[in-house]
Amino acid sequence: MRFLLGHTSLCIAIALTLSACNGQSGSTSKSKAPREGVLRVAADAEPQSLDPQLTTGHTEHRILTSLFEGLTTLNQKTLEVEPGVAKTWEISEDGRTYTFHLNPDAKWSDGAPMTANDFVYSFKRILSPKFAAEYSYMPWCIENAEAFNKGTIEDFAQVGVKAIDNATLEVKLAYPAPYFLSMQMHNAWFPVQQATIEKHGKIDDRQSDWILAGNMVSNGPFKLAEWKPNELIRVVRNEHYWDAKNIKLNEIEFYPVNGNLQTAERMFRAGEVDTIETLVITKVPVYKRDNPSVLKLEPFAGTYFYRMNVTRPPLDDPRVRLALAMSVDKESVCNDVLFGAFTPANALTPPGLGGYTAEAGIPYDLAKAKALLAEAGYPDGKGMRDIEILYNESEDHQLVAEAVQDMWKKGLGINVVTNKQEWKVYLSSMTTLNYDVVRAGWIADFLDPMNYCECFTTDNGNNRTGWSNPQYDELEKKARHELDPKQRFAYMQEAEKLLLSQTPIIPIYTYRQRYLINSDLQGCDGNILNYMNYKYMSVTRNKS
Amino acid sequence: MIRFILRRVLGFIPVFLIIATLVFFLIRLAPGGPFMEGERHVPPEVLEQIRESYNLNAPLPQQYAMYMWDLVRGDLGPSMQQPSRTVSQWIVLRAPVSVELGFYSLIVALIIGLSAGIIASLRPNTLTDYIPMSIAMAGICMPTFVMGPLLVLIFALKFQWLPVSGWDAPAEKILPSITLGTVYAAYIARLARGGMFEVLAQDFIRTARAKGLSETRVVLRHALRGGLQPVISFLGPAAAGLLTGSFVVEKIFIIPGLGKQFVDAAFNRDYTMLMGAVLFYAVLILIFNLIVDVAQAWLDPRVRYD
Repeated sequence: MRFLLGHTSLCIAIALTLSACNGQSGSTSKSKAPREGVLRVAADAEPQSLDPQLTTGHTEHRILTSLFEGLTTLNQKTLEVEPGVAKTWEISEDGRTYTFHLNPDAKWSDGAPMTANDFVYSFKRILSPKFAAEYSYMPWCIENAEAFNKGTIEDFAQVGVKAIDNATLEVKLAYPAPYFLSMQMHNAWFPVQQATIEKHGKIDDRQSDWILAGNMVSNGPFKLAEWKPNELIRVVRNEHYWDAKNIKLNEIEFYPVNGNLQTAERMFRAGEVDTIETLVITKVPVYKRDNPSVLKLEPFAGTYFYRMNVTRPPLDDPRVRLALAMSVDKESVCNDVLFGAFTPANALTPPGLGGYTAEAGIPYDLAKAKALLAEAGYPDGKGMRDIEILYNESEDHQLVAEAVQDMWKKGLGINVVTNKQEWKVYLSSMTTLNYDVVRAGWIADFLDPMNYCECFTTDNGNNRTGWSNPQYDELEKKARHELDPKQRFAYMQEAEKLLLSQTPIIPIYTYRQRYLINSDLQGCDGNILNYMNYKYMSVTRNKS
Repeated sequence: MIRFILRRVLGFIPVFLIIATLVFFLIRLAPGGPFMEGERHVPPEVLEQIRESYNLNAPLPQQYAMYMWDLVRGDLGPSMQQPSRTVSQWIVLRAPVSVELGFYSLIVALIIGLSAGIIASLRPNTLTDYIPMSIAMAGICMPTFVMGPLLVLIFALKFQWLPVSGWDAPAEKILPSITLGTVYAAYIARLARGGMFEVLAQDFIRTARAKGLSETRVVLRHALRGGLQPVISFLGPAAAGLLTGSFVVEKIFIIPGLGKQFVDAAFNRDYTMLMGAVLFYAVLILIFNLIVDVAQAWLDPRVRYD
């Protein structure tokens, strides 16, 4: 018994000592009870960082849009470009020079005025080779940005960003990018304050304390008040924000659920949060039946598809690839397997992306698929080797892979095996073309089909199929340099048609955001980018 | 005694270095790495730069030498995947939460386990034995990922007495502690029953009863001390298990503990964070083993300090 007591007191001692070390996180966080003007969000994951120029994830993006603001922003509902830090702008006739006039009221959260130099500094930072930001290619559309980022030029003055005066910023692009303004909502373009960055390190330090609460200076509608890792990120209204009078929320609390979507749903059910970012898929039919008013299933600019390795026979034969693609019944995958949570897709680009909807498509046509396969020399799948479908660990991916396996087996007589790999192993198999067929997804970073079109050119690192077609490359290049919006889209339509006829990919479905939102939260209209402009949101607690 | 402890502590050093070396090379054998192309392509120049900044481009022996040199000086380096803090900062932030959770769970396990075990041992092969022991058996069989959601369903969603998740308010700590504690409670109950059962059958208990002592006094004063020996030797590994094995509970209840951090680090190939967590656990387990050894030698004169 003495030992028992000794042991227990040791545990207490350790617990107390370690708890004492933990004092820095403070105990300022509040309970999860609903409060007027406070939005409570279950965020899918703990952010890797809150440095807008280093993070790559969607959850991070949603938190960062509350803290920072780029030159322009988007309307929550219509996704039209709206003034951000820039009040007005002009675009030169050749579409390559943008002149931004900053809002004189734009200030940092410490009250310091924002200047054009803040943006020059920020773009320099994300492009600094040593900083090694994964999204550093985003600003490559700026003249000489790629060369500076790759270290071939060292003088940043040669890059097409210039502060004409304190309130005027000029950006010269390498090619006309009509989506340049709408891109500014991406966190890679957000400004950071030089004084703050350099107080806590050098311009190109990846690790720095400037992002912690108390250190961070930002310029968005909210500022960081508290960050307890894996527990809570609390942001409060930024009084220095240029449009502060129009912010309706006092605070937003983000509760990271660290990928545990089941718990997020339970938190919502218990009234601990007002909205959750993603509803676990198996709960979709339950909410459809029992509580449809809180369930949102909104179109999302993302496509789930399969890549095929065209360097491996028999997948080097376009007829075999098209046969495989045509025998996938996407309606059935979406409705019978995935609880009706997604929309079947016949093309690569999601419909309505910046006004573009694909004209080409691969329909479900089993008879034609069989004929194609016979033509390729494999009647009823005879003589065809086993095909492997590779996917990363996740229940949804497994469901889809098994459904497709069944369709190819029954429809075409092909023997299919599925292979599940852990995330990093899967990534390395995919990038080294060590697969037959692999599950993939692509979510648009900005509102333009170019986002998808550029992926399948010969040299693009996102291609990952081994497919190469000079005609396709040519069409992409033409589209990239075309000024006339109609002609631009025409080139991309042609490119997409070519891509689908050659079939290095099998489009399966267009993503839909599936989330829950209670009736207290207003102004959270869904949009296809799943972009959150918290400026527009308000929370009114129902008295009942 | 002091010499015994000192000798054991000195013995830790090679063990610690061997663990560090093994882990250093083992994690580098896993496919992929902390910085590689994700779902989206990352320009190779950028990847090269990131690896450079974490010294991952150097030859492996050199990386190893540099890591060990930093380790000896107590520097575990920055976390590769969560660069907002260093590994040491993460451990200081996370470990107390896991320790706290483990500690409460141990209390739950002891309270439930000991009472069930002792009650069962008093009337063997009757209903008062069968019922607690069947529940204990079910407790051993029921994994935490079933127990946790089940408790949430009943106490948080149905009756709304307790919160669904979190680790801030005291109420939030109840369900996770019970979830993690129950499994160990079940083991303790079975061990306590067995131990007590054996002791209660011995001569000195009969003597105590013959002296006319009350049953309560016989059990608490005389039988308990011997009867709990198996439980005590189980507590060492159990405490280590509670501290390191809380991953599932941390995930279900979204508790910011080290267990979750550790497993995530493995999946993300966060080399530095993973090394830090393994070494921290190693030290913890070495210390627990030492305590158990010392206590055993102290309780049982047959074990010598050599």
